[in-house]
This record gives sequence, C-alpha cells and structure tokens, in this order.
Amino acid sequence: MSGPSRYNPSTGIEKWLDARLPIIRLGVDTLIFPSPRNLNYWWTFGAILAVMLVSQLITGIILAMHYVPHPEHAFDSIQHINRNVNFGWLLQPMHAVGASMMFLAVYIHMFRGIYYGSAKNPREMIWIVGMVIYLLMMAAGFMGYVLPWGQMSIWGAIVITNLFSAIPPEAAGTSVTQWLWGGFAVDGPTLNRFFSLHYLLPFLIVGMVILHVWALHIPSNNNPTGISIKTKADTLDFHPYYTVKDAFAIVVFLMIFSWFLFFMPDSMGHPDNYIPANPFSTPPHIVPEWYYLPFYAILRAVPDKLMGVIAMFGAIGVLFALPWLDTSKVRSMRYRPLAKQFFFLFVLVCLGLGWCGAKLPSDLVFATGVDADGHAKGLTFVWFSRILTVYYFAYFLVILPILGLVEKPKPRPASIEASVLGNSKGEA
Amino acid sequence: MLKRIASFAVLAAFVAGSAIAAGPKADLKDVDWSFEGPFGTYDKASAQRGFQVYQEVCAACHSLKYVAFYNLTDKGAPFYNPDFPNSNENPVAKAIAKMFTVSDGPDETGDMFDRPGVISDKFPAPFANDMAAMASNGGALPPDLSLMTRARVDGSNYLYSLLVGYKDAPEGVELSSGMSYNPMFSGSKIAMAPPLFDGSVEYSDGTKASVDQMAKDLTQFLTWAADPKMEQRKATGWAVMLYLLILAILLYGSYRAVWRNVKH
Ligand code: HEC
Ligand code: HEM
Repeated sequence: MSGPSRYNPSTGIEKWLDARLPIIRLGVDTLIFPSPRNLNYWWTFGAILAVMLVSQLITGIILAMHYVPHPEHAFDSIQHINRNVNFGWLLQPMHAVGASMMFLAVYIHMFRGIYYGSAKNPREMIWIVGMVIYLLMMAAGFMGYVLPWGQMSIWGAIVITNLFSAIPPEAAGTSVTQWLWGGFAVDGPTLNRFFSLHYLLPFLIVGMVILHVWALHIPSNNNPTGISIKTKADTLDFHPYYTVKDAFAIVVFLMIFSWFLFFMPDSMGHPDNYIPANPFSTPPHIVPEWYYLPFYAILRAVPDKLMGVIAMFGAIGVLFALPWLDTSKVRSMRYRPLAKQFFFLFVLVCLGLGWCGAKLPSDLVFATGVDADGHAKGLTFVWFSRILTVYYFAYFLVILPILGLVEKPKPRPASIEASVLGNSKGEA
Repeated sequence: MLKRIASFAVLAAFVAGSAIAAGPKADLKDVDWSFEGPFGTYDKASAQRGFQVYQEVCAACHSLKYVAFYNLTDKGAPFYNPDFPNSNENPVAKAIAKMFTVSDGPDETGDMFDRPGVISDKFPAPFANDMAAMASNGGALPPDLSLMTRARVDGSNYLYSLLVGYKDAPEGVELSSGMSYNPMFSGSKIAMAPPLFDGSVEYSDGTKASVDQMAKDLTQFLTWAADPKMEQRKATGWAVMLYLLILAILLYGSYRAVWRNVKH
C-alpha cells in the first residue's frame, strides 16, 4: 500500500492481534485510503462488479448442489431446480441473468478505462490484470452456458471448440480439439469437465480481483480529469465518501438487475436453450450469448477460418497492449477533442459488431434494390461487419497511436482541486 | 446524475434488444395475454379449460413431463385454491391424478404394473419412448409441451398462432401424406394434423369451445406449465423493487449528507 498506514490500534486486543496478524490494518488501509475527490458515477462499476461477482458465487454454489453434470440429466436438473428446489426459481435465473448483468457492467468499466486513460502509465498492471479477469469471465460464461445442456449449449460448444480445429492438424489442431472434448465429439466428458472448470474459474477471478485492487492501491484511482493526485486537497478518503456513493450506485444497478430478473428473465437468453441438446439436429441459426457477439462478428467477417480465429483472438489481444497503443500524454479524453470523437465512434462500432453477430451474415442491413433474379440486394451483414472490423483494429493500431502524437489537447486545469473549485461546470 | 442513469438505461435496453437475436416472426398473431407485463397473471378459468383440452386432445400424443399433478394446485397454478395452501391436500389434484394410469414397479416379482396416478406423479407420457412416438406419428416426434412457450421466439403467441394457423395448401405446394399446411410452422409443412375442431371438447363452464377459444385456453395452460412460478416471481419482484427503491433513496440521502461540505 502506498503512504503511511492510517490504522491506530486502540484496544489491547487490537494491539495484540496487530502485532501478530495485521488483518484489521489491511482492512482499514484498504478502505481509508485517499481517492481523487472528483470521481463520477463511471467509477462505481468496479464496486458493482465486486457485488455481482459475490452474487454469482453464492447463487452458483447453491445451484451446484442440485445440478447434475450428465448429458441425460443436466437439462432435467435445471428444470428440477426451477420447479421443485426451494427458491430455485429465484436462484437459477439470478445466476443466468446475473452473468449478463456482470458483462454489461464490465463493458462499461472497460469503456470507462479507455475514455479516461485509466489503462495508461502508471496503471498498466491494473489494466492487464483486468484483461486477465475479462478473459476468465469469457471462459466462465461460455462454460456456464453449456451446463444447462440445451440446444444452444451444445451447439455453441460445438462451434467454439471447433475453432481450435482451425489450427492445422500438423500443428496439433486435431489433438487439441479432442483433448478439450475429452473424446471425439462434444459429449458427456466435455460437459463434466466444463462443469469442473466453471466451478474453478470464478475463484481464479476472485484471486485476480485481489491483485487488481492491490495494484489500484499503488497509484490510487485515476479520475475524470486524468490529472495525477498532487496534494491532499485533491483527495477524499474512500470511506465514507466513496463507500456511500458506491453503495447508492450498487442499489440502482441492482434495481435494473431485478427488473430483468423478475419481469423478463428470458430476455437475455435464447429460446432454443429450452430445447434439450440434440447433437443430430442443428439449429438453423446458432448464436452465442450477447456478450460474445462482437467477437463472433469479427470471426465471421474473415473468409478464412484460421485467419478468422486469429482475428477474433487478436481483437481481445490488442486490448492488452492498449496502455502502450494510446500514445497521448494526456490521459482523459475530456481534453482530447479528436480522440473523444474517435472513441464514441469506437463504442458505436462495438455495438454495431454486436448487431452483426446476432444476424445471419447474408441478411441485409439495408436494401438498395433487387438483383436480376428479383432478390433484394444491398449491404449484407458480413460486409457491414468487415467495415466495422477494419475500424475496430484501426482504432487501436493506427488511430490511437497516431492521434496521441498529432492531436493538440485542450488546456487542462492545474490540479484536481483546481478543476473542482475553478470551473464547477465539469461533468458530475 | 439523472443523465447518467438515463444513458445507462438506454444501454441496458440496447443489450436487451440485441439479445432477442432472431426477433419474432412478423406474421404471428399478437394476442393481449393476461400474463404479459410486470403485473400480469394467468387467467385461471381459461387455464383450467386449457388443461381440459390438453388432457382430452393433446395428451394423446404430447407429454408434459416436467409437470407433476400437485403442481396444478400450487400457488399461481390453474387449480390453486386458497383454502388449501398446502397443495398436497387439495382434492382437485388427487382427482385429476386418479384419472391417469401410471406405470410403476418393479413389484416383488419383478414385474411392472399399472396403477392410478397419485399427486406426486408427473404427467405420464403417451408413448413408451421416442421411437414408439415416432412410429405412431409417421416418423415425426411430438415434442414435450412443458417448455413449449419458452422454447420458441415469442412462444405464447407462437403456440396460439400455430393452433389457429392451419390452412389449405396454396397452389403448387406438394404435401406428402400425413403432412398439413401451416404457415406458422417453420417450413410451413407440419406432421401434426390440425388437432382442434370447433367442439373438440365440451367445457363444463358453458364457454363455447371454438378453435380460437381452445387455442387461447391452451396457451394460458401451457404458458403456466412452462413458467409455473411466474406469479410468485413477479410478486417477489415488486417487493424487491420497493425495498431497493427505499434503500436507494436512503443511500442517496446519506450520500448527500456525507458530501454536504465537499465541493466536487
Ligand atoms: C395425433 C398426434 C398429435 C396430437 C393429438 C397433437 N399433436 Fe402436436 N404434434 C404432433 C406431431 C407429430 C408433431 C411434430 C410435428 C413436426 O415436427 O412436423 C407435433 C408438434 C407440435 C408442436 C410443435 C411445433 C413446433 O414449433 O415444433 C406443438 C406446439 C404442438 N404439437 C402442440 C399441440 C397441441 C397444443 C395439441 C393439442 C391441441 C397437439 N399438439 C395435439 C402430434 C400431435
Ligand atoms: C470481476 C471483474 C472486475 C472487478 C470486480 C473489478 C474491480 C475494480 C474496482 C473495485 C476498481 C476501482 C473502482 C473503479 O474504478 O471502478 C477497478 C478499477 C479498474 N479496473 Fe477493474 N474490475 C474488474 C474487471 C476489470 C476489467 C475486465 C478491466 C479491463 C480490462 C478492468 C480495468 C480497470 C482499470 C483500468 C481500473 C482503474 C480505473 C481508474 O482508477 O480509473 N477491470 N476495478
């Protein structure tokens, strides 16, 4: 932890314990910790994510007490949980909808990081650990979706595991795929190991979150101005100022979560997953869960399978390098008029890629007329996703690096304190 | 801050929108169901009639394997009676269970035997297994109906539209034997002959058993079968929302109080 400890053990017991296991000191120093005084609500999503992670762990552990990881029983056991287990009707959708809500929060958290330059010096490790968390979340979400053993479960698993068969057999593509499956197809052994890993990954995420928050406590939070903390007047103690603000935001987020959970629990899922898995009947339209759709679109945008897989993983990989790709010395895009516009375009492109991922590649975004056979022609989703994919990569590999060098930033306040006291018309 | 919440809500709405990937079929009939919306509940009388249609017509081919007889008298179920908060004591479930024959066993001599249903039994399947079901239906498998309204896009409207959607095949469409024309079904050719005709059942409450009426009643019943805890869930939902709203107001007040002397 940076700075001197703020903990003064007062009672005898506390002193005794502090000399042996300074766990109270750890807690106090984690909470009573100087944070920038101008954090806005975009900084509450880390706390929201922590709450959602705990919610997923609790509901998941209880679900695992009733779930049966066997192709013959998995689907039935989910129905059993929903229909017969006490409060199962609450726990099962809470876990399923909760996963979606967690991804919603993590995407906001990440876009926040890009916009305000939180990934950059000196917070590169916070970002990289965050990216490891994100990868683990993607893996956990994918394997979790397989567990109910519905049609989308098995076909999603078949499509995704088959990506590894894009690796040429000489380079062990076939053996990697069979090793993942535990056999020659997605079947019982696959389900069983996915269950085991799905139970493991969240605990790895917990470990990573501890590293994430530890790394955060070295430089403290970034803030909307992107200007580093200079004096004590720039800061407020995390507790009580941000504990109460985070608590408020968490409850508002839980209200949105509850709305989906209680009133539209199926809205985040796919109806086909209410059909038991059938390896002999391919659904007409296999789509992954919404939070993978942008990457699915990038995968399908590339005509060559292996190149598609590389592009898809590259789209995630490039994010790891973000701290070095954004070359601007100014952290916050609040003072970067051009970067701001490219950023909002980037957000739209990500949403657009998600839209493409949900559609059939041959569907039309808009029609421009009819061809000779009388079929509508126009911009297809596969072409639309190609355009968007180019922007996605260009944003990181061309725009951000060059922009940082050529853009003339707007004047910035002298300090966080000055930004707060000087012009109070800044964002809340 | 309201701006923030608003922009967040827009994002959430977008996510929800994009999640419904395929979107409902444009030509589904959109019925104003009593169970729609955050306050929606099942129309119990209609669902009871729907149960009768299921039992007398559909049960000949379709199983309802996740539903047990006592579920029919659970809270929020078609036959729930507040006089019997413990659904096991409700005589209606017992009476319905008795109408079904259930295979049990093996007995002490090792043989399977038939017995009248008891409330803890699930609805028995009409066929011994999928192969038998297909053999009796020209090679097509009549799917289990317990989750039907959640297993199709816009499922309740779909089920209703399918049941009332049979038409004469248009010019040029060849139907092989055993197939019927129903534009609501994907591919329009379905291996289920029209199951409902005006007067297929006789309702004891005097409701006229038109195809349209029976289709609506069945949809009430099967939507309940697919989502039996819906009423409980929505009621809990409102309690949770109210609790969170009060908590949010209190926390916002605390936030303002803690930050009162701080310019930020
Ligand atoms: C004579 C047997 C028979 C009866 C009686 C019957 N069905 Fe079917 N049903 C079938 C068969 C066979 C299929 C499969 C059709 C196919 O795959 O083409 C089917 C399919 C269905 C489907 C699935 C459609 C889809 O989207 O896949 C629904 C819903 C359905 N039936 C509802 C009902 C209802 C409600 C009733 C009672 C009113 C009923 N059926 C009565 C044989 C029957
Ligand atoms: C389980 C998932 C996660 C949890 C629980 C979590 C938790 C937190 C918390 C509590 C904070 C401090 C408060 C805040 O800034 O919101 C934080 C900051 C941060 N997180 Fe995460 N995080 C998660 C995932 C991620 C991911 C996936 C990334 C990016 C790839 C990421 C990047 C960052 C960055 C860069 C910061 C510093 C922000 C700043 O100070 O401006 N986090 N995280």
